[in-house]
Amino acid sequence: MSGSELIALGILGVVAPALPGIAGKTKSLLTGRRGPPVLQLYADLRKLLGKGAVYSRTTTWVFRAAPVVVLVTLFVAALLLPVDGREAPARFTGDLVAFAGLLALGRFALVLAGLDTGSSFEGLGASREVTIASFAEPALLLCFIALVLVTGDLSLSGMLGSPLAAAWPRAGASLSLVGISLFVLLLAENSRVPVDDPATHLELTMIHEVIVLDHSGPDLALILYGSAFKLTLFGVLVLGVFVPRAGLSTPAALALLVAGLGVVAVAVGVVESAMARLRLVRVPQLLVGAGALALFATILQLA
Amino acid sequence: MRLLALWAIPFATALVVLGAPVFRGRRVPVALLLVVAGAHLAVVASLWIVPTVPVFGGWLDVDPLGLTVLTITSVLFLVTAIYIVGHVRRDPPRSGRVFAGGLLAFLAAATVVALAHHLAVLWVGMEATTLAVAPLVFLRRDRRSLEATWKYLVVSSVGIALALLGTFFLASAQGGAGRPLLLPDLIAHARELHPAWLRAAFLFLLVGFGTKMGLAPMHTWKPDTYGEAPSLVSGLMAGVLTTCAFLGIARVTEVVAAAGLASFAQPVLLAFGLLSLAVAATFIIGQGDVKRLLAYSSVEHMGLLVLGLGLGGVGAYGTMLHLVNNSLAKGWMFLITGNIVLATGSATAGANRGLIRTLPASATLLVLGLFAVTGSPPFGLFLSEFTIVRAAIDGGHPWIAAVTLAALAIIFVGMAALILGIVLGEPPPAPTGERAPGAVKESSWLVVGPVALAAIVLMLGVYIPGPLQEMLTRAAMALGGRGP
Amino acid sequence: MRDAAQIVLLLIVLSDLAILGTSRLSSCIRGLAAQGVLLGLLPVLIAPQLSIHAVSLALGTMIVKAVVLPWFLAWAIREAAVRREIEPIVGFIASQLLGALAVGLAFAIASRLPLPALPQPLLVPVSLATLMIGFIVLTTRRKALVQVVGYLILENGIYLFGLTQTESVPFLIELGVLLDVFVGVFIMGIVVFHINREFDSLDATRLTELTD
Repeated sequence: MSGSELIALGILGVVAPALPGIAGKTKSLLTGRRGPPVLQLYADLRKLLGKGAVYSRTTTWVFRAAPVVVLVTLFVAALLLPVDGREAPARFTGDLVAFAGLLALGRFALVLAGLDTGSSFEGLGASREVTIASFAEPALLLCFIALVLVTGDLSLSGMLGSPLAAAWPRAGASLSLVGISLFVLLLAENSRVPVDDPATHLELTMIHEVIVLDHSGPDLALILYGSAFKLTLFGVLVLGVFVPRAGLSTPAALALLVAGLGVVAVAVGVVESAMARLRLVRVPQLLVGAGALALFATILQLA
Repeated sequence: MRLLALWAIPFATALVVLGAPVFRGRRVPVALLLVVAGAHLAVVASLWIVPTVPVFGGWLDVDPLGLTVLTITSVLFLVTAIYIVGHVRRDPPRSGRVFAGGLLAFLAAATVVALAHHLAVLWVGMEATTLAVAPLVFLRRDRRSLEATWKYLVVSSVGIALALLGTFFLASAQGGAGRPLLLPDLIAHARELHPAWLRAAFLFLLVGFGTKMGLAPMHTWKPDTYGEAPSLVSGLMAGVLTTCAFLGIARVTEVVAAAGLASFAQPVLLAFGLLSLAVAATFIIGQGDVKRLLAYSSVEHMGLLVLGLGLGGVGAYGTMLHLVNNSLAKGWMFLITGNIVLATGSATAGANRGLIRTLPASATLLVLGLFAVTGSPPFGLFLSEFTIVRAAIDGGHPWIAAVTLAALAIIFVGMAALILGIVLGEPPPAPTGERAPGAVKESSWLVVGPVALAAIVLMLGVYIPGPLQEMLTRAAMALGGRGP
Repeated sequence: MRDAAQIVLLLIVLSDLAILGTSRLSSCIRGLAAQGVLLGLLPVLIAPQLSIHAVSLALGTMIVKAVVLPWFLAWAIREAAVRREIEPIVGFIASQLLGALAVGLAFAIASRLPLPALPQPLLVPVSLATLMIGFIVLTTRRKALVQVVGYLILENGIYLFGLTQTESVPFLIELGVLLDVFVGVFIMGIVVFHINREFDSLDATRLTELTD
């Protein structure tokens, strides 16, 4: 665990709530509105932490535990990522599976909490979320497999760290495909357009928002922060593929990290303003398409 | 010069017919068709007597195999042109210039296929024949012919695309040995060709051109297309198109035989041949439509052609002889069927009975054609089929001979059931206001063509003229076989 | 030049997969036009030196495959007033998976073929992949127009393979092939137009009257 890694993690934790704000602001500006301030989410979090939580009588400890589980799994997953572009605080062979598993655990806890409320809206959202996840997870693993083949390293630190920078000249095509696929997965896993519209207020059209409908107060704050943090994690993934920072000095790498995350958020905002939400039956097709891209990248590496 | 004229004149005429405003309207320029057909046959006849030199750097040339196919094409086209004179008086097509233009383009394309010694040129010609015939199939513009045309286009296009891939594989096999894709060079350097690519090329070309021929299992478009197209178009397709497609397969077989890979090619050819025979025999039983019946008969004969090619030895000669006999016989049968359709409106068993009384000349020719097409003596097909069966026995495959004979017997029964059923019996009483059932005056234009074809097929059954025999023997030897 | 050709070939495979996954007919045609442009660029990119042959082939291919044919197909769509393909015989998701499988198979087969040293080794697997995907589209889609698109993708695959043999296949032949494809699609378009008029739909699975 070196200093730069910890600093990078710290930066991640601080910057995370800004990303949804940047995406929202970009989308508003592109559609001709002024939109909410970029740092709105910080204010929301502070407000929510000061409030009290209301728990429905039908819920159990699962409901109360879920926000904590979500946040903890995300933090542990962050420990596995080489956020500064070189090394991750924790690494072991095959930690890519652990990463995917931790994200899945967080999602599982959230979905269970949604089902725990006994409300049909949450149940609807839960089934949709899990369906999308069943298409997104194989695609994510395919992307990771492609990265393993490119870098020859079975750990995330190697896949997204120094060996990747050396691999760009010879495997540029595969890496571009993997990067595009990861961006589509970012949109899918973080409930962005075209998979899910975060700004909708109609429960029947929601996927992620409706699962967390019943949370309030500090629980809601944890959940909102968790969503932003997950978006940041995926942003680090995409950034790691497209902008390898292994050979740079620490300040440059960290600065590039922050700037890169901002660019990813702007890209999300652009996509959100350019597309409409897809019909639900088309979402699996989109994710299979992303998986096909990753598969193609894998095949290119095997050829 | 003659080679250039053979395809350029029909092609130029086709363009003129399709483009010039003077040809607009429903009238078919029959005189033009007759003149071009006659000139074509005259030049082809001259090729028999006076040899020629290759043109375009060896792309077009005349060899025994090609000259046989060219002669068949020319003869059938002239006979059909004569038939058209009588046909358009009774049943003019919706667009005269599409009709005539398509026919002339077809003649040009078939000529190119017969003359091509550059295998890519052969492909271009083959694709052109497909495209030239498509509007002709579609002449009636009703639902059934639409469906038939669509299936024909889709299946043929895929087949031709596979044949193009096979042609490219052949070029890959050649590497740099000799001028690319030129037949004489391919045969001369046959031993240097890359065997894996050559085998792949053979398979793809067999499947691709086999689709155009109508070999099983790529024959599914045949009954629909022959059934829905105008009979004279079906006759041209069954007589000329299939022959040209067979030429494509024969060319690659020449190369494969010269490369010493005959042991690879033979089982494949035998398999396709036997499968076609089996499929034809199965589907001919119970057929109710004469044109579809003839389509399955065509599948059977294509199977026989490929069988003879695969058997080798004297089988190759049998195939060449069968090529000539089958094309002429099919042309004859389809033209007669056209007469029936003109008279009664349909070629099905339900609508026709007692034709011997209403259309005596056509009915007689139909029955004679039945015997010819199923391989009964004294017609020519008996001799060619017998040669192929003899090749099977000589080559040590008696079971192939047995299967072939069994299939032929079944096919005879199936065809006789339908045709004799239509010809014999009492003609249905005519509804009031129509022609009274009696002998309909059959225009001599409609009958003279089939009679000529029948005479040739009959003659070939008892006596094969010397020059023809020599030409067929040389073609058979090029295919890796021998003469009779 | 070699890297540019490689990128173009990869983009061709992507366009194949894109056409496989879309249900909107106009997207299919745009994908086909994009493929035409990419195919037109290839002769210039893989030729060892720029020749009249390569440039004229590139131009001819681009004009026919990227401009004329898509324009004609768009006309046919407008005439028939179809916008979307209904669920094909093999569903969209399954087609995409099948397409990805076809790409993998193509690369596997190509690695086993005894190929001479080609200037552009990706040419053969991409041609095989495009061929197979064209075949998938041709056989599993219901609308007649989409079947024509599948046939064109099949032809593109074969054209790609032909590019490995530029010395053996002279310009005139390529021109002949292009012309044949053009006339073929033209005739198919006419037939599709009539099918739409006659059957009031372009659903080719409804063509079932002729049978034994």
